Amino acid sequence: MRLEIKNLRFSYGGQDVLRDISFLAGTGEIIAVLGPNGVGKSTFFQCLLGYLKPKSGEILLEGKRPDQMSRAELARAAAYIPQSASPVFNYTVLEMVTMGMASQLKLLRSPGPDQEARAMDALRSLGIAHLARRGCNQVSGGERQLMMLARALVQDAKMLVMDEPTANLDYGNSFRVMERIRALGSAGYTVLFSTHEPNQAFRYASRVLALKGGCVLADGSPGDTLTEEALSALYGIPVAVRGVTLKGAPFRVSIPYERGGLS
Amino acid sequence: MTEDKQIREPRYALRFAVLAAAFVAVFFASFLLGRYGVAAGTLADILADKLLRAVSFGHFGLPVTWTGTEEAAVISIRMPRILCALLIGAALATAGASYQGMFRNPMVSPDLLGASTGAGFGAALAILLSFDYFGITVMAFCFGLAAVLLAYTVSRFSRLERTLSMVLSGVMIGSLFSAATSFVKLVADTEDQLPAITYWLMGSLSSIKGRDTRFAFVPIAVGLIPLLLLRWRINLLTMSEAEARSMGVHTDRLRAAVIVCATLVTSASVAVSGMIGWVGLVIPHFCRILFGYDYRRLIPASMLMGATFLLIVDDIARIATTSEIPLGILTSFVGAPVFVWLILTGGGRRAA
Repeated sequence: MRLEIKNLRFSYGGQDVLRDISFLAGTGEIIAVLGPNGVGKSTFFQCLLGYLKPKSGEILLEGKRPDQMSRAELARAAAYIPQSASPVFNYTVLEMVTMGMASQLKLLRSPGPDQEARAMDALRSLGIAHLARRGCNQVSGGERQLMMLARALVQDAKMLVMDEPTANLDYGNSFRVMERIRALGSAGYTVLFSTHEPNQAFRYASRVLALKGGCVLADGSPGDTLTEEALSALYGIPVAVRGVTLKGAPFRVSIPYERGGLS
Repeated sequence: MTEDKQIREPRYALRFAVLAAAFVAVFFASFLLGRYGVAAGTLADILADKLLRAVSFGHFGLPVTWTGTEEAAVISIRMPRILCALLIGAALATAGASYQGMFRNPMVSPDLLGASTGAGFGAALAILLSFDYFGITVMAFCFGLAAVLLAYTVSRFSRLERTLSMVLSGVMIGSLFSAATSFVKLVADTEDQLPAITYWLMGSLSSIKGRDTRFAFVPIAVGLIPLLLLRWRINLLTMSEAEARSMGVHTDRLRAAVIVCATLVTSASVAVSGMIGWVGLVIPHFCRILFGYDYRRLIPASMLMGATFLLIVDDIARIATTSEIPLGILTSFVGAPVFVWLILTGGGRRAA
């Protein structure tokens, strides 16, 4: 999936939320979108999904504007995975995943054994097939995110747009979910995810889009963009970036600290 | 494949069969109940005869072995009432289940957008204007639809989130119409109009005639059939707007279709029976416990259980006392304790 954004501007109530955003991403890229709270990350995603119409500028998914695509086309282009929240209705994991096939079924058709088999395959590929009959409020937050990934897979979307995929997840579950996201990137999906954790960007993203004040502050590889200066400017706190080596592989980590010095 | 069978799917088909059997049993038992006794064999003969005549366009029938009084009791008096009870029960439960999905809230009842209060006002106005019985029904139906249309229109102009604005405008229109109903009661003649209005608002099937059944049948069928056909898609409306849209769903169209259908059946029900609360709230809850959350099963189950429930309650209304208890009161007497039980045990939260 090729994603192209040219001079995107979006305003709400006469005030610019996003402006001058230009961005280009290709197949298999995992893009971390960073920025302080309220910077317009969610708005940005909703523009990509064709839910909000930009004031000016252009978004192209594989060369087509999302607001001019049919809903079924849009479903094949991008899947949206909202922040983890427990659903009001306690559908089983299998029922939830099956809903991802809505755009492939005729209006009055209900999914049958074929669709359920596909949903089971997706669950199996993510290692949570044993949860199929469990209520989605009875599984952990991490398992629920994997379920949402399975739903995006059966939707046949080429791009996954994830709003803070690890929000409310514990340390272990965050890791497990991010590892799956990495695998999906290798499998050819284009993944956009927002995060408040620079270390996730260092570790999993091939690309970082840092937003501040509705504009692009930095765009590029995590190593180039997430410098101490950039992170400090982004969040308004001093941040140190250090390289560590784990089992022979180099990693970068960011550590925020008190202005008066480390205590 | 042992992995996906660790928790087996409950035997929904069996449960559905039991529910269907209960419905059939209650349906036939309802014909036998009443002050005028009819033997089961006679009932079977009368019903078989009517069915035969209906399918053969009056060419065939059974030899008449029953009295005219027995036939009148079964066909003219009990039949319309039984059919109305099951239609209304099915309609209210299905509308309730649909509204709950659409508003992502299991506490929503089918009169959320003002269908009942609108219909109540229509009926009160019709009684004030001395319309005949059928006129009251038609007025109630029209005002029920008008109230929802008004609430929906107001919400379209709101800048708030779609479902929130619908709930708010529904509450507002509802209170407007209930104030209007109070005003009508205030100016109504206290000798006969005021009691008529009050009694109508309590909800009852005691004065149902064949014509009411026919009147209610068309809008209820027209509303229930699309809900039944679209049932799986209603699941998608319970997701957030952005989620549902990204899955390729035309949320606006689907939501409008569900509102139209649910409103049609609610208004038609309230128009013939008056206000009958709780069915739309409690029945879907029970169905979720027994059949899970998927609307593929929830809609048919709600129809069947709603019909059975209202038949039973109406049977109680008919036979419990000599002066009939209005149905609306009885459903609340049954519904409220059930709801308390649900709140205390969290029954609705149990796994599918």
